[in-house]
Amino acid sequence: MKKFLVVFVILLSVLSLATIKIGVVLPMTGGIAAFGRMVWEGVEVAHELFPDVNGETIELTIFDNRSDKIEAANAVRRAIDVGNVSAILGEVASSYSLAGGAVAEEKKTPMVTPSSTNPLVTSGKKYVSRVCFIDPFQGWAAAVLAFENLGVRNVAIFMDVEQDYAVGLANFFMQTFQELGGQVFFEYYKSGDQDFTAQISDAMLTGAEALFIPGYYQEIALIAIQARQLGFFGPLITGDGADAPETISIGGDAVNGLYFTTHYHPDSPAVTENAKLFLERYTEKFNKIPAALSALGFDAYMVIRDAIMRAGSADREAIAQAIRSTTNFPGATGIINIDNEGNAVKSVAIVKIEDGQFKYETTINPR
Amino acid sequence: MAMKLSNRTNLILTIALVFFVWLLLFFAEGRMNTYMVRIVSLIGIYGIMAVSLTLINGITGIFSLGHSGFIALGAYTSALLTMSIHQKEITFILDKVAWPFNSVQLSFLPATIIGGIVAAVFSFLIGWPSLRLSGDYLAIATLGFSEIIRILALNLRSITNGALGLKGIPQYTNVWWSWSWLLITVIFIGSLVNSSFGRALKAIREDRVAAASMGINVFKHQLLGFVIGGFFAGISGSLYAHWLTTIDPRTTSIGVMLTFNVLIMIVIGGLGSISGAIIGAGLFAVLTEWLRFLEEPMKIFSFEFSGIAGLRMLVFSAIFVIVMIFWPRGIMGRKELTWNAIYSWFRRGKGESYE
Amino acid sequence: MNLYTFLQNLINGLSLGSLYALIAIGYTMVYGILRLINFAHGDVFMMAVYFAFFLVTLGKVPWLISFVIAILAAALLGFTIDRVAYKPIRNAPRISALITAIGVSFFLESFAVVVFSGIPRSFRNIYPKFLNNMLILGGHEEVKYGRNVIVGGLRIPIVSFVILAVTAIALVILWWIIYKTKIGMAMRAVSVDIPTTSLMGVNVDRVIGFTFALGSALAAIGGLLWATRYPQLWPYMGFMPGLKAFIAAVFGGIGSIQGAVVGGFLLGLTEIMLVGFFPKMAGYRDAFAFLILILILSIKPEGLLGKRSVVKV
Repeated sequence: MKKFLVVFVILLSVLSLATIKIGVVLPMTGGIAAFGRMVWEGVEVAHELFPDVNGETIELTIFDNRSDKIEAANAVRRAIDVGNVSAILGEVASSYSLAGGAVAEEKKTPMVTPSSTNPLVTSGKKYVSRVCFIDPFQGWAAAVLAFENLGVRNVAIFMDVEQDYAVGLANFFMQTFQELGGQVFFEYYKSGDQDFTAQISDAMLTGAEALFIPGYYQEIALIAIQARQLGFFGPLITGDGADAPETISIGGDAVNGLYFTTHYHPDSPAVTENAKLFLERYTEKFNKIPAALSALGFDAYMVIRDAIMRAGSADREAIAQAIRSTTNFPGATGIINIDNEGNAVKSVAIVKIEDGQFKYETTINPR
Repeated sequence: MAMKLSNRTNLILTIALVFFVWLLLFFAEGRMNTYMVRIVSLIGIYGIMAVSLTLINGITGIFSLGHSGFIALGAYTSALLTMSIHQKEITFILDKVAWPFNSVQLSFLPATIIGGIVAAVFSFLIGWPSLRLSGDYLAIATLGFSEIIRILALNLRSITNGALGLKGIPQYTNVWWSWSWLLITVIFIGSLVNSSFGRALKAIREDRVAAASMGINVFKHQLLGFVIGGFFAGISGSLYAHWLTTIDPRTTSIGVMLTFNVLIMIVIGGLGSISGAIIGAGLFAVLTEWLRFLEEPMKIFSFEFSGIAGLRMLVFSAIFVIVMIFWPRGIMGRKELTWNAIYSWFRRGKGESYE
Repeated sequence: MNLYTFLQNLINGLSLGSLYALIAIGYTMVYGILRLINFAHGDVFMMAVYFAFFLVTLGKVPWLISFVIAILAAALLGFTIDRVAYKPIRNAPRISALITAIGVSFFLESFAVVVFSGIPRSFRNIYPKFLNNMLILGGHEEVKYGRNVIVGGLRIPIVSFVILAVTAIALVILWWIIYKTKIGMAMRAVSVDIPTTSLMGVNVDRVIGFTFALGSALAAIGGLLWATRYPQLWPYMGFMPGLKAFIAAVFGGIGSIQGAVVGGFLLGLTEIMLVGFFPKMAGYRDAFAFLILILILSIKPEGLLGKRSVVKV
């Protein structure tokens, strides 16, 4: 039986020469395997809905980077050399995409990352693109939210000096907020810190109307608790680092009134047909509400497929060019345009925590 | 141990071994896949880290927990020197890179040596106050200094790029570089240990009071041992940075964990043995790769287990504690793997077989 | 900084310092007897919090009983660590003991990552809510951000009073054990001279085991109160508080229980005031704690209260 199957598979692959291979490079094991699985779920849904392009079958192969910076480069190399793929979907964390992107660039293979928001991932590269917004844009959106939607003028930025993501986002927020005419000042902390009372007291003394905390949920939740205890009841604003259920489970009442910028929320008015398709099929298949990473995984697949369709061939160079000319593509996370730099220009969803729930608040569009 | 080999035989055997290893590496470079080649270079880098910590902890008898600090200094200094000016401009997006790094680009060898020198200078500055402390106080003080170096790297954004770290460091480190530097380290530290200076160090390790009464300047000797160890830690840091191609000052990359890892290598290899340190480094590098299967999903009796993150570190820490309790001398103890030792071991083996 | 903020930071500092003090007592006790920096102290602290967490969430045990069981379990864990890891190398060089302690700490952390997973968990619904409330002194009510807020009022966490009370009770019990019981006498004797004490017919291993159990129970109490103040638990939560408590113990004079208390409060205050007066320096907070340690070690290694060595366990 087994032998027969092997022969059958070989026959099948010889007969159906008309397949297009996409390598999916994700952390499926190790520290951030949970993120890799989320993306993969979205990719699976997309592949089930749209399994072929130009009459040819799309073949997906997973390459595990084991949540490891060094393996991240190796996995891309394996995908290109061994897997002989036409395009690469991946990777998740910015540091892995940087390592893997260097290889894709060297081998002139198009690569689309679903979720790496660091600007360096695509800067100066011809073959690496992404379907998520970049941190400067996220920082810009958070500043617009604070200044225009919430009407605050004086913001204390709590910056985690140990996270490159937080440092970058803090600076992009500051630039926009000052241009808009607001005032900011910085309070500093380090990942793993647990007591923030001194920083909060200082922020209150300086007259902060809102706190911008562009870090990760562990510290965001603790800062929220201590801020409320010390009598600060103004809005808290964060980036997508707060987009995890732990923010609410640890922060409790204290995170009510916390706004964050993120890629996707299932309640956001589904502007595109693909968003509806994705939400339906995903909830049917996994019986849960999709996370932002799954929606991004879906979009990464869809953008690559769209590019192959427009390129009309499996040629890597043609696909790379087609990806860079993606305009008004209706994705699950919104309308996606990819600019010459390979960055997606798209809207940001604002989510507010109310009564211990993530509630869709509004959408901020690029100007 | 009655049989001893002549110095000439020793030298010839050593040169033959080095030549043999070189041939092996030459073969390896060509035949192995990139992944294997990277592991082999990593063994060389770990070897330098372990041998330099052995000089400090095992031979000089200073219990230092500050090794990661010196490695970080070497890594940052050399990476800042080899990165192209253009690469530095695009990497430093928050603050502009400070002088002199904004206008200098050196090749790998001088950058590595300067990295080592910077680490040595800092180990002098740190050793000066710390070496007056004794035993475990010194351990904590050096741990504190390495943490201070890491926190400075986080905050001095115009030099280190802060939390963003350095990215796009040229990938210069290969098997040749890392093993050549390991050879230099072993030759230098090995001959140092066998010199009168090395004997003085060992005397201090056994009994500082007795050594001092024999007229040995304990402080000066220990400080020099500490600085030399720091120099080679800096060298290993440079190789490490150009192997990783990116460094950042997080706890998980260049922090206490790195010191603990090097400590595991020398404890397993045997505290106070240079050959033990290299064996420990090799075992550590190979085991961390090999034990990956523990963290991958597996099937046992048709039950599917998802991979458990962190299991590798649990196995390592268990080995570490068990070695300390039941086998505190590690693989080599304080002995060295010399030709004489191998020779007599073989003879002993023969002798037994005759009986 | 105005007066209100200064006073508020004073409270912030004392409230942080009281936690350091409580953890430092256990550290200093073990050091006083064995001259061993028990690196695993912070990890016993972490394990105790996980015990309590799982007893309440999975075992449905009431919180107070869970806390007591967690403290006893931590005492047993401390005793076991001593028996398994430290006893076999009692006669080895002191450095071997230190390396083993690092190994044990490393092992407990990796164990927690594998068994409890590295994802942070919430400790919020484990204990009664009032502990997280704040006592408000002075100030006036105002409508701010659409709510009634006390402006200019000093806010003291209720849990800080509990911490102070627990520290005081712990000190009294410790004093009683050390001065009024047989085992306490044996502890004092062991801290002065192990071989002589053992010649006098005292079972030294039992005394050391008891000290570890007592020290670990104190670590557990510290950990549970810490998690009540900062309600988040994860496998590395004990590392930094453990190191800080050690710095506090050295600051006050290691081996001295009063020293540990004074050192804890001083370290908490120094940290908060550094950030309060120089907000730009907040990133250097831990570096500053280590700097204090190095300065104390080089200038006055016996610490602030070490010389008198009043209660030396």
